[in-house]
Amino acid sequence: MRLVIEKRLEYSRSIAFLVPIASVILALLAGAVLLALAGANPWVTYKAMALGAFGGKYSISETMVKAIPLMLCGLGVSVAFRMLFWNIGAEGQLAVGGIAATGVALFWADRIPDTLLLPAMVVAGFVAGALWGLIPALLKASVGVNEIITTLMMNYIAILWVEHLFYGPWKDPQGYGFPGTAQFPRAAWLPRLPGTRIHLGLAFAVVAALFIWIVLRRTKWGYEIRVIGENPRAAAYAGISIVRNIILVMILSGGLAGLAGMSEVAGISHRLQKGLTVGYGYTAIIVAWLGRLNPWGVLMVAILLAGLLVGGDQIQITMQLPAAVALVLQGAILFFVLGGGLFAQYRIRLERRPGSSPHPEPLGEGEA
Amino acid sequence: MSTDTPLVKMQGITKRFPGVLANDNIDLEVRAGQVHALLGENGAGKTTLMNILSGLYRADAGEIYIRGQRVHLQSPRDAIDLGIGMVHQHFMLVEPQTVAENVILGLKTPRFFLDMARIEREIAGFSKQYGLQVDPRARIWQLSVGEQQRVEILKMLYRGVDLLIMDEPTAVLTPQEVDELFVTLRRMADEGKAVIFISHKLDEVMAISDQVTVLRSGKVVATVDTSQTTKEELARMMVGREVLFRVEKKPVEPGEVVLEVHNLQTLNDKGLPALKGVSFTIRQGEILGIAGVAGNGQRELAEVVTGLRKATNGRVLIAGCELTNCSPRRVIRERVSHVPEDRLGMGLVPNLAVSDNVILKSYRDPPLARGPFLDRRSIRRFAARLIKAFNIITPSQETPVKLLSGGNLQRTILAREISIGPRLMVAVHPTRGLDVGATESVRNLLLKQREDGAAILLISEDLDELLTLSDRIAVMYEGRIMGIVDVEEADVGEIGLMMAGTEVQTLNFKV
Repeated sequence: MRLVIEKRLEYSRSIAFLVPIASVILALLAGAVLLALAGANPWVTYKAMALGAFGGKYSISETMVKAIPLMLCGLGVSVAFRMLFWNIGAEGQLAVGGIAATGVALFWADRIPDTLLLPAMVVAGFVAGALWGLIPALLKASVGVNEIITTLMMNYIAILWVEHLFYGPWKDPQGYGFPGTAQFPRAAWLPRLPGTRIHLGLAFAVVAALFIWIVLRRTKWGYEIRVIGENPRAAAYAGISIVRNIILVMILSGGLAGLAGMSEVAGISHRLQKGLTVGYGYTAIIVAWLGRLNPWGVLMVAILLAGLLVGGDQIQITMQLPAAVALVLQGAILFFVLGGGLFAQYRIRLERRPGSSPHPEPLGEGEA
Repeated sequence: MSTDTPLVKMQGITKRFPGVLANDNIDLEVRAGQVHALLGENGAGKTTLMNILSGLYRADAGEIYIRGQRVHLQSPRDAIDLGIGMVHQHFMLVEPQTVAENVILGLKTPRFFLDMARIEREIAGFSKQYGLQVDPRARIWQLSVGEQQRVEILKMLYRGVDLLIMDEPTAVLTPQEVDELFVTLRRMADEGKAVIFISHKLDEVMAISDQVTVLRSGKVVATVDTSQTTKEELARMMVGREVLFRVEKKPVEPGEVVLEVHNLQTLNDKGLPALKGVSFTIRQGEILGIAGVAGNGQRELAEVVTGLRKATNGRVLIAGCELTNCSPRRVIRERVSHVPEDRLGMGLVPNLAVSDNVILKSYRDPPLARGPFLDRRSIRRFAARLIKAFNIITPSQETPVKLLSGGNLQRTILAREISIGPRLMVAVHPTRGLDVGATESVRNLLLKQREDGAAILLISEDLDELLTLSDRIAVMYEGRIMGIVDVEEADVGEIGLMMAGTEVQTLNFKV
């Protein structure tokens, strides 16, 4: 008896669709085991999480609030990933976007008419994130520095810079020692849906998704991105400039994450303070992958994962369970999704007698 | 010299893979002292059948008899123990080790102490007996491809095989090396061994074999004595219809000079000189064939001309325009098309649709693009037109290109490259791995381009193809052109010598 792993002859479409669903189910099962070990009833816990995330107007509102930065960062990351540029720096790009928007809100508010304040902050947030993403892009394009390392390292720079600013030079003089900048003037507050905390950032996300969808499907630029992502050698052969595309894509990718930062400070906290860099940029990577790098998939998965986070917060209160449970579940989902991808390409069989059935062989061109 | 009981008898062999019946009830008999050719197009089932015989695969049905005894082969080791060995197309040699070390690789004896001197003597003995000249102390990386193949054969002889299976052995050999191989195979047959020779090359099959079994779509079409058949008949059996051997090559008056290459030098991927000063010109309506064993700079030449590799010295001019070291995009704009050797790795984007692939060179401009946007309707019309005109067999325009067969992949590439209306076409091994039908259509497409006034740089390892299609042939060896001859006056022997590095004083050195 032995286990044989053999390559499938056709990439199974139905399996590819079922994999994310099966992964979530398996992850929930794995999480259930963990919960049981921690002394909690898994089904009660999951129900509490689900209700906490989607069980009422307040819950849904909070879920959407967390979903917005996940959507924007997820969209940004997904575009970069499409081109095989591994942007791990969404967290830092979000942070500098927040810094730039804060700067405009605090120091230019009296120089710009109120109606232009928010647009200026949007531009500032986008540009800051774009520049932050451009540095690793230029390093990769010119001397081939691995972008995983550069984007990751720049996260630390940005995160610490944020802290430096709101503890130091930008600290609210009337803050009673509470770490954070002064509150933004009203004109710098993103409008919200009445009765909720859902802010205009949601519209940014939807517009961004639409933009990306149109670019990828209908423009020359989108075509080049797809070709580079699917076969960089053929792209070079066809005269597509990989350097130009790395730069353009990272401007978009970093810019969207920067926009996420801007929308967080302008829509939620109305100041630069602790709680901006809580890992949205990293979670966005999971969002992008689970969403299969498709803009609408990213939006949907962002809502689901946000639900997971909010649900996790809920059970911390109602069931005295660590909120880390939600993070563990998120990690488990990603783990199972990546592992599940294996099954779309390979299948596992039990072979009864050694030599009783044909050896697994891949069929290819030239195999006569 | 043959005996009554066949050395090997395969009866009713059937082998199924998901989606395809690779071998359908095949019967095959090979006698000692015989060179038996297994002929068929790609996908006919030849390699599968031999993989079953050599123990690599197991048949779903059927029996194998060796010297009259029924056998069950569980692995290649069983096959070798019974005297059957296979030399594959891609050699399985350890480059840093010596010939002798490779020959004894995997053998149960000697167990612990190596008496290399004795082993080397034994190898030398086989070498002499079968005309397989090679130094047992040489390291594999030092040997030519032909010599490496000899090592593979020696491996089998050392293991005492009586039946040697050779899978497409001549793909990597110069004409002289092919002749030497045939001498060896003949000698082996005379000594009482049997040889199965897998090939799709009709001339070689006619030259070397005693019997031919023709496979088509997994079935045996016929087994005939070579002396009783002709190339045309074999081709008809292989393909199932009449095959034209003479392609329609009309006389074309060469026009203006399109491509000029002056003293081109460049490095290969390892940083060593790949081109050491190559010069030639090609005119409109002319095909210049580049002959030579793979690895002598042909690939680098194609890459420099198409802008994919930097030249360290020398010039490339297209229609008088200096294009040395210009980007591929610039070269494409000058209407230079490139049919690359690596179809799925470079010439196509496997996961994208057929329609996405055919626009790869022309998506930037109208009518396929409008400003920054792609005009999807124009693209659909364009793709439909190309699919029809070039006979690309695909379920739909949107099918990912990786699902197409080899012939259709090449047709897709050619459709795209021809659709830009090229002034110069660089075609690298355009018919490699294609069956007879696809090869015929690719060659006719190239000739049509020639008639329409394109200049073609044709790089091929198939000397027959070069002789059929080219107007002039340049032979490359170690980064230099050894000579350029008019195809009318070409002498295959001379070309073979040039391919192997001998400078031949030809009277027709036309640059």
